[in-house]
Amino acid sequence: MSPIITAAKLFKQYPGVIAVDRIDLAIPKGICFGLLGPNGAGKTTTIEMLEGIQMQTSGTVLYKGEPLGARYREEVGIQFQHTALQEFLTVRETLELFERLYRRTLPIPELIELCSLADILERDTRKISGGQRQRLLLALALINDPELIFLDEPTTGLDPQARRNFWDLVNLVKSRDKTIVLTTHYMEEAYALCDEIAIMDKGRIVSQGTPAHLLSEHFGDVILQIPQSDAGSKLADFGLSAVQAGDMLEIRTNRLHQTLQQLLENGINLDRLRIRAWTLEDLFINVTGKKLNP
Amino acid sequence: MRKFLAVLHARNMEFLRDRSALAWNLAMPFMLVIGLAFTFSSSDRDIYKIGLVGGLDKLHSVAPALQSTRYISYVPYDDLNAAIGKVKHHQMDMLIDVSGTPRYWINSSSPSGYLLERIVRGAEGHRFERQVVEGAEIRYVDWFLPGILGMNMMFACLFGVGFVIVRYRKNGFLKRLKATPLGAFQFLFAQLISRLLLIMLVTMIVYTGCNFFIEFNMQGSYWTLLLVTTLGAMSMISIGLLIAARTASEELAGGILNLVVWPMMLLSGAWFSLEGAQVWVQKISLIFPLTHMISAARAIMNEGATLLQVMPHVWVLALMSIFFVAIGAYVFKWE
Repeated sequence: MSPIITAAKLFKQYPGVIAVDRIDLAIPKGICFGLLGPNGAGKTTTIEMLEGIQMQTSGTVLYKGEPLGARYREEVGIQFQHTALQEFLTVRETLELFERLYRRTLPIPELIELCSLADILERDTRKISGGQRQRLLLALALINDPELIFLDEPTTGLDPQARRNFWDLVNLVKSRDKTIVLTTHYMEEAYALCDEIAIMDKGRIVSQGTPAHLLSEHFGDVILQIPQSDAGSKLADFGLSAVQAGDMLEIRTNRLHQTLQQLLENGINLDRLRIRAWTLEDLFINVTGKKLNP
Repeated sequence: MRKFLAVLHARNMEFLRDRSALAWNLAMPFMLVIGLAFTFSSSDRDIYKIGLVGGLDKLHSVAPALQSTRYISYVPYDDLNAAIGKVKHHQMDMLIDVSGTPRYWINSSSPSGYLLERIVRGAEGHRFERQVVEGAEIRYVDWFLPGILGMNMMFACLFGVGFVIVRYRKNGFLKRLKATPLGAFQFLFAQLISRLLLIMLVTMIVYTGCNFFIEFNMQGSYWTLLLVTTLGAMSMISIGLLIAARTASEELAGGILNLVVWPMMLLSGAWFSLEGAQVWVQKISLIFPLTHMISAARAIMNEGATLLQVMPHVWVLALMSIFFVAIGAYVFKWE
């Protein structure tokens, strides 16, 4: 699929700090692309250069093969990580304000339905909940019926229920053949929404691909979890190494059948054994060496 | 135009729904005008003011006894007709011209003029030729009104625009707008027009409301006054836009705004007349738009000046508006 937006040798330097170090990106049309990374990895700087909000020190960003210009502003939708709205306006008035800033827009009733805003239309935007506010901000990002949508940590600070509702909304937007570029701290969010991810660290992309491909590429094995009370200190006696994770012992193996047999032969109780798949969080820690710190 | 109107409408709604700020914008000038009108209504000044044409040295040689009389202050004038106008409107208790044959002018209806005439005759006999002018008194409140309204406009223009844009920048609203096709000039122009409309509306309400109780002197044309105050407000809003064009700190913006506001408040003639002040002070005062607006408004209201007569002020205010808006739009940064 042809890329809708590309970045070549994208570089951003602040006095004494290299925020983004010559990264290359090509985001295909119609996918949800996730940009992950620890705090200070350069995610927001990268996304803001792609949005055209920040100017890069060097490198190029092309939208549909052309430099970012007036057309880009009309065809792109952005939900910033931190933003404020005009005060003393209702949700409806805020939608109407932004609607008038674009040439081509989605009908407001359609947006209201899409983002479930009907119940709060006449409410002051300062008096809506965090989840409602994120839905409104997404509606504003969608108001010009954009082909490309940037969502910069859209669910940070939301409770789990509001976060999952927001995911449903993003999936609904995805089903309209939109391209989404998402940054997030939540790995389960990236796994639930993204078709492709790039993990950034120290201004560089350290890993990129589909979540499934990256997991299989980085982890050829599985993890067996056995309660410590069931295994005691016997594992080491028959040559299995395990690491402690809370009350459980974790054994990494790429020969599942053989390991299970070995455990059975040595009288380990497997009634409470669990097999855990590797997650994006494991991948993240593996490639960045850092724990998540939302 | 659609984008401009959208931002204009949104800003108007924001201002009008912020009830506490709106109430303050209306209440403060009301309280000041009414309060000062009562405070100064007795007009019991204990120093007489004499306009002087010809210089103090000449007066000393012509009338030494008068010059050494205490509680009289002299305001030098070069333009005899302008000085006579001051006596006519009771802005000066007496005018003395010692450039030729010694003469003095008093207003036939001025009690202070009557007393000063007695003092002059007592000190100098009949050496001075007597001239009489007639004209209604301009009360202190009539003189003060353009200043107080102008000052209220100045605060509303500078802080109302400057702080709002800095707040927008600080909380990320400007960044959100930057992500839309809205241009910087469209945004700034909408802020300017929104603030202008609201300030003019508030000022007209305050003027009409106060006029109901006090009946201000109005010798000239309301249309000319409207033009002058509109341009004055525009030029001061433009300064606010310029100050807020890049600043992201409310503290810094507040400091710069105060740096502009205080000299303008003290030197524009809002509180007291600069006649008699050092020439360099009078020259400096001309760099402030408030000076031009207040001078023109006083001339229109109290002396019936025509548009042609206040045209120099009109030009200065118009040029200041264009200059500050252009620079503000050029240096403006969304973030």
